[in-house]
Amino acid sequence: MTSSGLAVETRGLTKRFGRHEAVSSLDLSVPTGSVFGFLGPNGSGKTTTIRMLLALAAPSAGTITVLGSEMPKRSASVLPRVGALVEGPGFYPFLSGAANLTRFDAAEPGTSSRTRSARVAEALARVGLSAAAAKKVGSYSLGMKQRLGIAVALLSPRDLIVLDEPTNGLDPQGTREVRSLIRGLNADGTTVLVSSHLLAEIEQLCTHAAVMRAGRLVAQGGLDELRGATAAIEIVTPDLDLAREVLARFGLDATADETSTGDSTPRLDAPLPDGVLPEDLVVELVAADVRVRGVAVRRPSLEDRFVELTGEGFDVER
Amino acid sequence: MSNADTLTSPARRRGGGVGDLLLSELALLFRRRRTWALLGALALIPVLLAVAVRLSGSGGGPSFVGDIAGNGLFTGFAAITVAVPLFLPLTVGVVAGDTIAGEASLGTLRYLLITPAGRIRLLLVKFAVAAAFCLAAALTVVVAGLLIGLALFPVGPVTLLSGTEIPAIDAVGRALLIAVHVAISLVGLTAIGVFISTLTDVPVGAMAATVVLSITAQILGSLSQLSALHPYLFSAHWFGFGDLLRDPISWASFGDNVVLQLGYAVVFGSLAMGRFVTRDILS
Ligand SMILES: Nc1ncnc2c1ncn2[C@@H]1O[C@H](COP(=O)(O)OP(=O)(O)O)[C@@H](O)[C@H]1O
Ligand SMILES: [Mg+2]
Repeated sequence: MTSSGLAVETRGLTKRFGRHEAVSSLDLSVPTGSVFGFLGPNGSGKTTTIRMLLALAAPSAGTITVLGSEMPKRSASVLPRVGALVEGPGFYPFLSGAANLTRFDAAEPGTSSRTRSARVAEALARVGLSAAAAKKVGSYSLGMKQRLGIAVALLSPRDLIVLDEPTNGLDPQGTREVRSLIRGLNADGTTVLVSSHLLAEIEQLCTHAAVMRAGRLVAQGGLDELRGATAAIEIVTPDLDLAREVLARFGLDATADETSTGDSTPRLDAPLPDGVLPEDLVVELVAADVRVRGVAVRRPSLEDRFVELTGEGFDVER
Repeated sequence: MSNADTLTSPARRRGGGVGDLLLSELALLFRRRRTWALLGALALIPVLLAVAVRLSGSGGGPSFVGDIAGNGLFTGFAAITVAVPLFLPLTVGVVAGDTIAGEASLGTLRYLLITPAGRIRLLLVKFAVAAAFCLAAALTVVVAGLLIGLALFPVGPVTLLSGTEIPAIDAVGRALLIAVHVAISLVGLTAIGVFISTLTDVPVGAMAATVVLSITAQILGSLSQLSALHPYLFSAHWFGFGDLLRDPISWASFGDNVVLQLGYAVVFGSLAMGRFVTRDILS
């Protein structure tokens, strides 16, 4: 059914609000089975894109395919297979958490009323809200509401789960729980599309990512691909010249780090090409009597890459 | 395609019936404190009427009020007469204006649609629930009137407008029939309110606009210069229940009202669908 191997695919997707283009010719490709990070500063068009994926808003131009079917045309058959949290949770404050979930479950055509309360209890348990099931949502903390919002997405088994800023309002513990929830869902074969303006929160989670800036896609792909493969090796040694000679034998072009001050030991930095193993370098260095006091391999963090891609980094841009 | 769907999710394809959603939304309506506050306020109308008559000792005032002291059953007729022009449209405006805009303002609308409740299905259910409220509201006024009348005044056979006398139990039946007529009378206004509710994310705005329209219609209905327009106003038969107090019952006004209100429901229901099906949900 998803012959292309993509759970979500958009081509030329555009949304205009009046003269303002919130999303501009977006070509998004979310591989089936991935945890896909949808990143970008506030106002970069993430939520607007998600609304279009879920048939809440109509595109101004472009096409959308979700789970192999065209949206919004096939939304009646696609949406039951999709769970979503969009732009924060929405509930009746005077109903309990369980009653709110029951209502959404009853709204889904064809769900069995016999097993409804079991589904609701199960969804509440998965987000750790069983104890608060009978409490009115109005008395929930922001983090609890956020979890309840995720529970709505989990009411039925889904093939795709879309979570728009799911860690908003959560404490570090809650953020960790959401991450492990996402991992668990993904391990069960669910594709997860998760948006965030906080890169660090989902970097460790994603297999793929896309970066938005002012309505445009500035990068997309597997995480390693996005980071760029160029790792760097750093060697702490007093024998700079000797070390540089050894590294040159491996084809590495090392530069001394002049920023080191005072009594700290000088360092060498060199880009580490694919295929050169740091352990081989160390063996050679030691054999050549270089006094190696420290070795570190650094990959540029996604954060560095994003600051590069989004210019000023993760600031609100318009 | 749909075959594959069925295979991957066997439990999920039982068709798109309205049943569970309708029951759930009806239950929700009657779980809301606001609904009971509205119905409570409506029930207060006959209570105040009856107590006022009891304290002052005698009649006078709008139609039927003068008869209360002599026969408690008239409290029901008097109360519905008092409630029709303002209080009932007010409560119906609140409920109908809230249908879609209220969900939008709470942020629940997007989750209902993602679920997916289906836009047309949701709109039909919301309309049906608001119409059910019309019946509950009209019944509340009439039944509260009959009960308080029964409690405070003597009860006996009722003389109809046509001069015939019917036993008290038949008069109760007529009162309930009037409640049904009034409830049907409010269906057109309900459809207008639901339509307005699809236009905005601000429920109070939709409620106010609906109530203002109900008053405007009655003002237009009172201008003799516009008499050509009168039969087409949704408020045309709001006081047409006098015909149900004749012997034999004259159904003409009742039937005309059903046709008129159906017309409004079709026209404004279509407008609401046209708007709601294509609308971007950005709340
Ligand atoms: N209902 C709307 N009307 C007009 N502009 C909007 C609306 N919703 C969003 N926008 C604009 O679209 C852009 C993208 O917003 P959004 O998709 O919410 O960004 P993100 O989710 O990435 O923070 C912003 O510039 C925002 O001002
Ligand atoms: Mg957003």
